[in-house]
Amino acid sequence: MEQLLQQVASGLANGAIYALLALALVMIFVSTNHINFAQGEMAMFSAFVCWQLLNWGYPFWVALPATMLFSFIIGVLIERIILRPLHTAPLLSVVVVFIGLLAIFHSLAGAIWTHTVKPFPSPFPNFTFAGSGIIGPHQIGMIVVAVGMLALLFCFFRFTPLGLAMRAAALNATSARLVGINVDWMLALGWGLAATVGSVAGVLVAPVVYLEPNMMAGILLYGFAGALVGGISSPGGAVAGGFIVGVLENMVAYLGNMLERATGFYLIGNGEKLTVALIIVITVLTLKPSGLFGRVTVKRV
Amino acid sequence: MSNMLEVKDLKAYYGPSQALHGISFSLAKGGITTLLGANGAGKTTTLRAICGMVRAEGTVTIDGEPVTGKATESVVRLGVGHVPEGRGTFTELSVEENLRVAAYTRRDKAAAARDLEMVFTYFPRLKERMDQQAGTLSGGEQQMLAISRALMLGPRLMLLDEPSFGLAPLIVQEIFRIMRRINEEAKVSMLLVEQNAALALDLADHAYVLETGRVVMSGTSADVKSDEQIRKSYLGY
Repeated sequence: MEQLLQQVASGLANGAIYALLALALVMIFVSTNHINFAQGEMAMFSAFVCWQLLNWGYPFWVALPATMLFSFIIGVLIERIILRPLHTAPLLSVVVVFIGLLAIFHSLAGAIWTHTVKPFPSPFPNFTFAGSGIIGPHQIGMIVVAVGMLALLFCFFRFTPLGLAMRAAALNATSARLVGINVDWMLALGWGLAATVGSVAGVLVAPVVYLEPNMMAGILLYGFAGALVGGISSPGGAVAGGFIVGVLENMVAYLGNMLERATGFYLIGNGEKLTVALIIVITVLTLKPSGLFGRVTVKRV
Repeated sequence: MSNMLEVKDLKAYYGPSQALHGISFSLAKGGITTLLGANGAGKTTTLRAICGMVRAEGTVTIDGEPVTGKATESVVRLGVGHVPEGRGTFTELSVEENLRVAAYTRRDKAAAARDLEMVFTYFPRLKERMDQQAGTLSGGEQQMLAISRALMLGPRLMLLDEPSFGLAPLIVQEIFRIMRRINEEAKVSMLLVEQNAALALDLADHAYVLETGRVVMSGTSADVKSDEQIRKSYLGY
């Protein structure tokens, strides 16, 4: 029983990371219909920037906001400088640019900080409490920071005029221009916010997977899975999907281990986690292409 | 009195094909001008060209300010409320959000709040539906919302693209009555594009008849109405 709870808790902690990445992907998708393949590498680069700041002696709670600001600016610049000229380009050109960005961030991180695996200190104090056996302090911290970040974003999009303008620009660019919204800037802001959300994911997961240029490769796949399961056009769904994928991958491995212990027959274990996640994605896409929470909007003509 | 809108030798293009071949017209301050003509005559394109939504040449002046080549959002910010073809509702936002987002660029929030009250006096039905998703409104209500959204910009000039399109005659009459009130009470000049020539000529003071991207006839609404030749050849009633 305790082991099951442990698995659920660590699933939720991983799920928080997937949820952040899924949300970053969805934020760009809803306004441009593009999946940013470089999202993971951008998050990895941000984690390195944070590590560098920590290494220079800045405290974590200075380094994290600085990293977020840096990522925001990078996101805005990528949209303004690299993607702006491609506004009317065919989809394939954009895909190639994303892959190029992925390669650039990857090799840039390797060139600056080398490919040696580095430990990343957890910013959360190590303390023991009633549930210590079930969930570690860093996992709690991951969940709290991720959920806080999600709540902030929700309030921003739901309650502020700028958030409303960004949603309007994503929903209907022509109409948004007709109420005076500068849609181009809204896109750039969306990129900046997505990069910021991704950077938090990167920094939070770095202590778990250790810091190296390849750290986000698998994690981005899970984030992508979360976004698809929840519904690629639904921010709330993507977040829920991230958590679902996180818990599910651990449950599958847990049940596989139970099965092996009971019958001696190895069907599935930690090694097949990713495979199972992708099978779930394909199943969801086949049976319910809009995702579990994909909005079906009512339109009367 | 200077004109609210002055269009001179306006040409517009969709890709390589030319949709407007140099049209000129004007709209007096506080007036209502209508552009009439068959499908494909260039009425919608003219509205789009004024707002920088298609590639255009020539001069467009709004209240003395040249706007040719400006981005759509900059033209809109001069006080141009464009009610587009197909209404352009943000179907996934609530009615309230549709109205709120239209006031996004306004500095004077008190004036925006007054305009919201004004919208409710014109369209009390929208007040009842504030929390409803805009896509679930009826066609008539969506048209009312589209006009209200343009009003929330605090416009000097409204460009209306076929407000009667696809609506029942009674609703159309109601909407046209309110458009006249907006013109008289809020002192908003209007450029109206319509297929329904009889309706448009009743509301407007001046009319221009377009055919394949050119102005073929113009005059006061009364003149156009009484010219049987024009009516038969271009307006079809």
